[in-house]
Amino acid sequence: MTGAEMVLQALRDQGVKHVFGYPGGAVLPIYDEIIQQEDIEHILVRHEQGAGHAAEGYARSTGKPGVVLVTSGPGATNMVTALTDAMLDSIPLVCITGQVPTHLIGNDAFQECDTVGITRPCTKHNWLVKRIEDLPRIMHEAFYVATSGRPGPVVVDIPKDIQFATGDYEGPSNMIAHKSYRPQIKGDIEAIRHAVAMIAAAKRPVLYTGGGVINSGPQACALLRELVEITGIPITSTLMGLGAYPASGERWLGMLGMHGTYEANMAMHECDLMINVGARFDDRITGRLDAFSPGSRKIHIDIDPSSINKTVSVDLPIIGDVGHVLEDMVRIFRASGKKLDQAAMKAWNGKIDTWRARNSLAYRPSDDFIMPQYAIQRLYEHTKDRKTFVSTEVGQHQMWAAQFYGFEAPNRWLTSGGLGTMGYGMPAAIGAQVANPDALVIDIAGDASIMMNIQEMSTATQYNLPVKIFVLNNQYMGMVRQWQQLLHGNRLSHSYTDSLPDFVKLAEAFGWHGICVDKPAALDDAIMEMLETPKPVIFDCRVANLANCFPMIPSGKAHNEMLLPDEANDEAVATAISKEGKALV
Amino acid sequence: MNAQNVNAPSAYFMAEVSEKQETHTLSVLVDNEPGVLARVIGLFSGRGYNIDSLTVSETEHEKHLSRITIVTTGTPQVIEQIRHQLERLVPVHRVTDLTVEAHAQNQDKPLERELALVKVAGLGEKRLEALRLADAFRATVIDATTEHFVFEITGRTNKVEQFISIMGPLGLIEVSRTGVAALQRGAKAL
Repeated sequence: MTGAEMVLQALRDQGVKHVFGYPGGAVLPIYDEIIQQEDIEHILVRHEQGAGHAAEGYARSTGKPGVVLVTSGPGATNMVTALTDAMLDSIPLVCITGQVPTHLIGNDAFQECDTVGITRPCTKHNWLVKRIEDLPRIMHEAFYVATSGRPGPVVVDIPKDIQFATGDYEGPSNMIAHKSYRPQIKGDIEAIRHAVAMIAAAKRPVLYTGGGVINSGPQACALLRELVEITGIPITSTLMGLGAYPASGERWLGMLGMHGTYEANMAMHECDLMINVGARFDDRITGRLDAFSPGSRKIHIDIDPSSINKTVSVDLPIIGDVGHVLEDMVRIFRASGKKLDQAAMKAWNGKIDTWRARNSLAYRPSDDFIMPQYAIQRLYEHTKDRKTFVSTEVGQHQMWAAQFYGFEAPNRWLTSGGLGTMGYGMPAAIGAQVANPDALVIDIAGDASIMMNIQEMSTATQYNLPVKIFVLNNQYMGMVRQWQQLLHGNRLSHSYTDSLPDFVKLAEAFGWHGICVDKPAALDDAIMEMLETPKPVIFDCRVANLANCFPMIPSGKAHNEMLLPDEANDEAVATAISKEGKALV
Repeated sequence: MNAQNVNAPSAYFMAEVSEKQETHTLSVLVDNEPGVLARVIGLFSGRGYNIDSLTVSETEHEKHLSRITIVTTGTPQVIEQIRHQLERLVPVHRVTDLTVEAHAQNQDKPLERELALVKVAGLGEKRLEALRLADAFRATVIDATTEHFVFEITGRTNKVEQFISIMGPLGLIEVSRTGVAALQRGAKAL
């Protein structure tokens, strides 16, 4: 069997149905195999970065690894952003790159780059295949490493002569246990017992959940819901964890962090027990570290030991897969027959209700302009009863989507959290639509972000993928502008997106349907038109240009120092961030 | 409401100075595969950790295992992070903080040695003094002409440092050092 045949056979044996890629000289032997088979469908993108994000959207919406195939040199370097994005958000990706033939490596050959060198810091692991005998093992190992433990991206770099070379193929069942890589799945049972005792004794507990719950799978999400139900503990989530607990749930506090709700952040600040489930105390979440939840004991469930005590010291770490740990935790809690102090919980919930009453997501409605928040609320109302996947780009629209779109189920929310990659949303939506052909897939976008991978419109056209791009068009890089207002005396340096295309004409040019709306009264009908169109649609939603995203924890401030929408006048905005805070991102 | 924190500077500027720095010796057992050293070094540079000394060689040929010995400086929290980050690398089998192990055995440090080759050139009294001091430090002469010596010295880092600094005024012209090799005391292996 040739190396190229082995690649296809390994993909087949790993259950791969779709590959996102772009051909080039150093992967031609693999592409020659792709066209001669029908088990695996190849989706041709228009730029390798698009392939990477599409594979991420595919992975996030299915829980299966996304697979990418690109050529050497620029093919590989164009993947770096997507790999880094997947690394920071723990998304399982297997990226196969072509490489120049082994005898040319190091010669500055045409389209040569040091792919394993360049991708080493932005992958969980990578391999350069120098011998055909190693290829089957490495292919299977790549899938194992990408999907097990804390998931992440891997790269398999295959020189062209190895793709032509012949050797013996081995299936995944012949694989022996990995020599050195053995993630811990089960949590320490004594630690879990201790956690149950801490939970039972808590008077002001809060659950702070993250993307780890989603990565652990639907079972973990069900167990999380069960834990909330039997304990009555209020729950908040990071951006990455939205959907693990339903937004309509009784104990839901909304998202926490920089643009989280007042009640979520105040609950984090005032709690006496914080239970972190699959989150990593990211700086968008904690705000000022020395003032982070000062009075609480902290439990941290994470599969990655390096996440423990990285930024926030915790009282009880539990290393393991969220699903396994929650299963033990729920079982032990039930068996113990313990209940939380009902009087204390009543008082705690009462306090949370007073914070909730601050209505921190409030905005001033308008009959003349479409408020961006209103646009997302209307979009939600029209799509909530369908099987809907929502992706986003990065910026204000992303935060508004997180705040105003209610996620009821896991794996429906696809966003670039850790890396904050503008241009993520449309390819991610394409990937999700490939994996879920009958579902509704919407990319909530901004006018600046959408331009970053606009070429992928052509991909959606080619494969009849009816994705909907809902552009909140304020003609600004809104979040950049908001920060310039906060930090730089309202000097809006290069944050105006001049020379935007006519999105309706652009849609038509690619064979899409285009809609443009600028009046609130026309919004509902236009959204219905978008949903009823069987083709891909660009929805150019002209929103209030200068709306800003609140509430907000300004950089360098603590959870209880939020800037609320009704207090965010020009002066408060201009002075919200201290000198030290200005140096932060 | 949060009065105790009002005057505190931003978190990012606080973390650096809050705990005192310690020097630890880590032993890392890895698969001797291409790029493994780059992974380890890249981890240190990418995350801003210090490398004071780094020694690497294949130690178990049949199993293709190499042992990397790293001396690093940081707060206890950072050193704990380094250990976990190293363990996260796929080809890493085991990471042991030998300094912590030594403390558990009521020792200040694990067994540590390094070797240096020290070239000293000169004539007359300085040359004789260099030879006398080499003898006192149990350094051996491994190359010589009438104008120079090359000494080989083995010992703990501070002994090697001291020998090199003494040789400075006596005609020191070149030094090559191996970095620290270290083992835990007692009958147990990693």
